[in-house]
Amino acid sequence: MKAAVIVFPGSNREHDVARALTASMGSPPRLVWHGEAELGAADLIVLPGGFAYGDYLRAGAIAARSPVMREVAARAARGVPVLGICNGFQVLTEAGLLPGALLPNATLKFSCKFVHLRVETGQSLFTAGYAAGQVIRVPIAHHDGNYFADADTLNRIEDKGHVAFRYCGEDGALTPSSNPNGSARSIAGVFNATKTVLGLMPHPENAIDPLAGGTDGKPFFDGLIKALS
Amino acid sequence: MKAKVHITLKRGVLDPQGKAVAHSLASLGFAGVNEVRQGKFIEIELAETDPAKARTKLDEMCRRLLANTVIEDYAIELA
Repeated sequence: MKAAVIVFPGSNREHDVARALTASMGSPPRLVWHGEAELGAADLIVLPGGFAYGDYLRAGAIAARSPVMREVAARAARGVPVLGICNGFQVLTEAGLLPGALLPNATLKFSCKFVHLRVETGQSLFTAGYAAGQVIRVPIAHHDGNYFADADTLNRIEDKGHVAFRYCGEDGALTPSSNPNGSARSIAGVFNATKTVLGLMPHPENAIDPLAGGTDGKPFFDGLIKALS
Repeated sequence: MKAKVHITLKRGVLDPQGKAVAHSLASLGFAGVNEVRQGKFIEIELAETDPAKARTKLDEMCRRLLANTVIEDYAIELA
């Protein structure tokens, strides 16, 4: 099992996700600098959190057009699983690999706190470690996490079961107060049409150790690695 | 040739920055501001001298990078 974490200028959570992957895989992923010509063999590609290219123009916009992303898109088209966390989610929407867009938070504030998420399906590589309807507690840390898509797109991804996670209360209820950024229909993470690409704003990689406030993110990586092994 | 590109949020896309600006204008005593929508303005110097070709090129630039057409509209003005 080989995983590659793409590092852009301005990425800053690549070591966090590498640590989480190492804990689940038993061996570290390869960190691939965006300028490297070769992505190498990879059973999983991860786009980490951060502020790639300073979020110039729009969050994720410049990174999405960088040469390495052409290779990531080609691999994704062949079915290689791609995971984008936070800034990685923004890059995937900007690259057209996931539907919708991430707007500035409705509060206009950078939000850094633990939130509750409802797992919408356990039937995917990325959510195999959870049961549908399970509520997990993981942190968010973003300014532009307000998921937007037009009504037709939202209806389509909901009908096809392409919503992976929603922001919710501790009891799993979807309320305006449990939606930290104004996301349409409380969406925190979405799949592509084949459920082999996932983008999510929250950081499961920062909830794998009791010392850091919780371990609800551990099954995310354990389930993913088990599904890919 | 100089081009001016205006990028604006589509109707129906929430613009919290525009809202905050409108509130601030109101607090300064500017009455009658019904709505504020904030966007981007980009100036581009092109080597191209043919307006039709320039417009075609700029349109492609907007679609591929300058605007995210999921959330934004764009307008091109050639000087």
